[in-house]
Amino acid sequence: MLRDILFALIGGGLIGLAAGLFFLVNGRILGISGLAQSLFVRWIPQTAEALLFFAGLLIGAAWFADSTRTLSLASAPRLAVAGLLVGIGVRLANGCTSGHAVCGLARGATRSLVATLVFMATAMMTVALLTLL
Amino acid sequence: MIMLRVLLSLLAGLLFGAGLALSRMIDPAKVLGFLDITGHWDPSLGGVMAAAIPVTALFYFVAKRRGVSLSGASLSGPPSRVIDAKLIGGAAVFGIGWGTAGLCPGPAIADLAVDIRVLPFVIAMVVGMMAARLFQQSPR
Repeated sequence: MLRDILFALIGGGLIGLAAGLFFLVNGRILGISGLAQSLFVRWIPQTAEALLFFAGLLIGAAWFADSTRTLSLASAPRLAVAGLLVGIGVRLANGCTSGHAVCGLARGATRSLVATLVFMATAMMTVALLTLL
Repeated sequence: MIMLRVLLSLLAGLLFGAGLALSRMIDPAKVLGFLDITGHWDPSLGGVMAAAIPVTALFYFVAKRRGVSLSGASLSGPPSRVIDAKLIGGAAVFGIGWGTAGLCPGPAIADLAVDIRVLPFVIAMVVGMMAARLFQQSPR
């Protein structure tokens, strides 16, 4: 447990460094869903930035992932349903965990605090309900 | 200055991916454990937010004092103050999806490089984003 917390803090520190540098150098809020939109959905000039960010994200994750442990992913249909809900939700809320729960809270946005409390609550309720089934 | 922005974007991606992998946020089982407050709750992932927020805030503080970004690009303006049904409804739907599979957008995309079985999630997420966009643009 202590080791898990230590790695969570280190990982969080790196994520904070990424989000902080992105704002200091590029002047933009680092939101994964927003960047994904500028990559897949909207064709805007910042697409190059998004493309390189995602290239880095894939390399960084592959590089540092513990290869001795496999991921426990849900079945393909369940993944598809969850992905659809996540896609619709983050587009309507204009942000996900990175944009609202990290960047938004870091700059004291009330909107992000509300969004974070809501999605944390519904996520926890969903997990509780699905465990009962 | 374009070069600086491009290189920084790659670096930010590397740091973010490394952070997700080291914290194990890329593993849905770990995330579901964090969300499972009524069962076998594993609060350790709380450390991610606890560390990420102050570090990010420090950089925001420095950037705002400078008034302009290091690349010369203007800083993104203050956050919107609008709290409406769209924000709350969207966040609620996102949370249900997050709790269903233990994946939010960052880890889901990062997992493409770790375990390709995550692909149905990512495809459906992009479809969902497009669908929500069409819905928003439709005349009312």
